[in-house]
Formats: sequence, structure tokens, C-alpha cells
Amino acid sequence: MATTSSTSASASSSSLVMPRLIAAALGAFIVGMVGFSHMTVAHNAGHDFRHSMAFPCH
Amino acid sequence: MSALRNMLLLAAASGILVAIAMTILQFFATVPLILQAETYETATPAVAAEADHHHHDHAAAAVEEHHHGGDEWQPADGFQRMGLTAVANVVTAIGFGLLLVAASEFAGGIRSWREGFLWGLAGFAVFTLAPGLGLPPELPGMPAAELTPRQIWWVGTVAATAGGLALIVWGRGPGLAFLGLAVLVVPHLIGAPQPASHESLVPEDLHHRFVVAVTVTNLVFWPLLGYAVAVLRPRFAAELGAPQPRLA
Repeated sequence: MATTSSTSASASSSSLVMPRLIAAALGAFIVGMVGFSHMTVAHNAGHDFRHSMAFPCH
Repeated sequence: MSALRNMLLLAAASGILVAIAMTILQFFATVPLILQAETYETATPAVAAEADHHHHDHAAAAVEEHHHGGDEWQPADGFQRMGLTAVANVVTAIGFGLLLVAASEFAGGIRSWREGFLWGLAGFAVFTLAPGLGLPPELPGMPAAELTPRQIWWVGTVAATAGGLALIVWGRGPGLAFLGLAVLVVPHLIGAPQPASHESLVPEDLHHRFVVAVTVTNLVFWPLLGYAVAVLRPRFAAELGAPQPRLA
């Protein structure tokens, strides 16, 4: 298994690094937007959700 | 950019499925406790004391006054409020899904349902367990420190926990694993910002039940998300006609 993953990583690393980084950045952006928005309207809309996910709130 | 498109589709499909399950769990486990806590946030002490004895009858009445001060917009109780909770769940689950997919693809991709579970448990440790130690889930009406320092501590703890776990899992040799362990501990040595006083009208018993409810619902959410990514992944890889079940 270790061999397989290292082979494929070396074969594809250059072309796949950017899409993975973009996917990760997009995910972090989405979570940050919903979980951390200081905007009142967004804050109140996701109120129960944010408490339920234990995001720092209020 | 087909790899990016497939990662987006995989995260979206997994996130939507798991968010539906999570919303149902929250409606049963966490939202009733939030509504109950709001009776203490908004009601006069006398009403709050009464509400304590008749949660369900009085919760609905008191919640209508729910506000954080001012005339700012907030969703109407009932369908609108529940709907927005569901939407927030879907959007965030896609975001968490993207993070899980991106991280696991860097590690070679999730190859089995069991690996999906393990990735999910790692997500639970990173996003719920570690930040929850210093900043336990809060109910409305509970005192808390300034928001921005808490958010900074939360993000730092998430990053440190993810980095620490990565060092333990992929670091070469015990030296890096112990370094990873140290990185896991550091945020808790620094400590999360705490309010001047924890005194609150919200009963301790209610808060305790809420901490358990939030932690357990997230304990279910994360392995489900990992499992969904594991199960759906070959589908998105195969649709491209890729020779191997990879997202490339």
C-alpha cells in the first residue's frame, strides 16, 4: 500500500497539488463563512446550527 | 481541472447526504435544548423559573421574544428557522467535505469504507473534540469571552490538532510522532479565552446535556461524512474513465 501511494503520488503530484489546494481553500472559506461570519443577518440565520456545531458564537 | 471538479462533486454529494442526517439529529438532540436555554436568555427570572418546570409549554412562548438586542432581522420560528438550520448544515457539510476530500487525496485517497470512518474520526478530533475542550459548546445566554479571540483560538486549535495528527500518522519515526503529540497539547497549555465569570441563568444540568448532545451528534456526523466520501469516491473517479479509482 505504501508503495502504491508513493508511486502514484510521484506520478501525479505536480498536476494534482493545485486542485487539492484549491479544494482545501474553498472548504476552509465555506466553513469560515458559515461558522464565523460577524454579519448580523448571517449570524441569526445560522444561529441554531452554529450552537449545534459549537462554533464560537455571540 | 477535472480533478478539482470531481473533488467538488464528491464533497457536494457527500455533504448533502450527511447534512440531511445531521439536521434530523440536531432537531431531536440539540435544537430543543437551545430553545429551552433561550427561555432563560429572554425571560424574566420568574418566568424562567416557571419555564424550568414546564419546559415545553413555555419554551414556545418565550422563544418568540428571542433576540440578541435591537431590531435586527432574524428568522421566524418554525419552518423558516428550521429551514435555515438545514441550509447551514448543507453548506458547512460541503465545506467540511472539501477539507476531508482534499486532505485525504493528498494522502493518496480514501480506498475503503474503513478508511473513510478513520478519516471521519480524525475530522471529529480536529473540529469538535480539541476545540471543545477549551471552548465547550455554548447555549444561548451563557457568558463568553470576546468573540474574536475565541475564534482565533478555535482556528489555531483546529490547525494544531490537524498538524499534530498528521505528524503522528505520517511522520518518520517516533521523534516526529512525539513532536506531533506536543503540537496537539500546545493550544490547551495556552488555554482558550474564558469569560470573567461563568455564572449564568442557564442551569448547569441543561448545559451538560447540551455538551453531550453536540459532541455525540458530531461524533456521528464525521464518520458518516468519511464513509460517504469513501463510498461515493469510485463513482466520481470512474465517471471520468480513469484507469484507477482516482480523482485525477
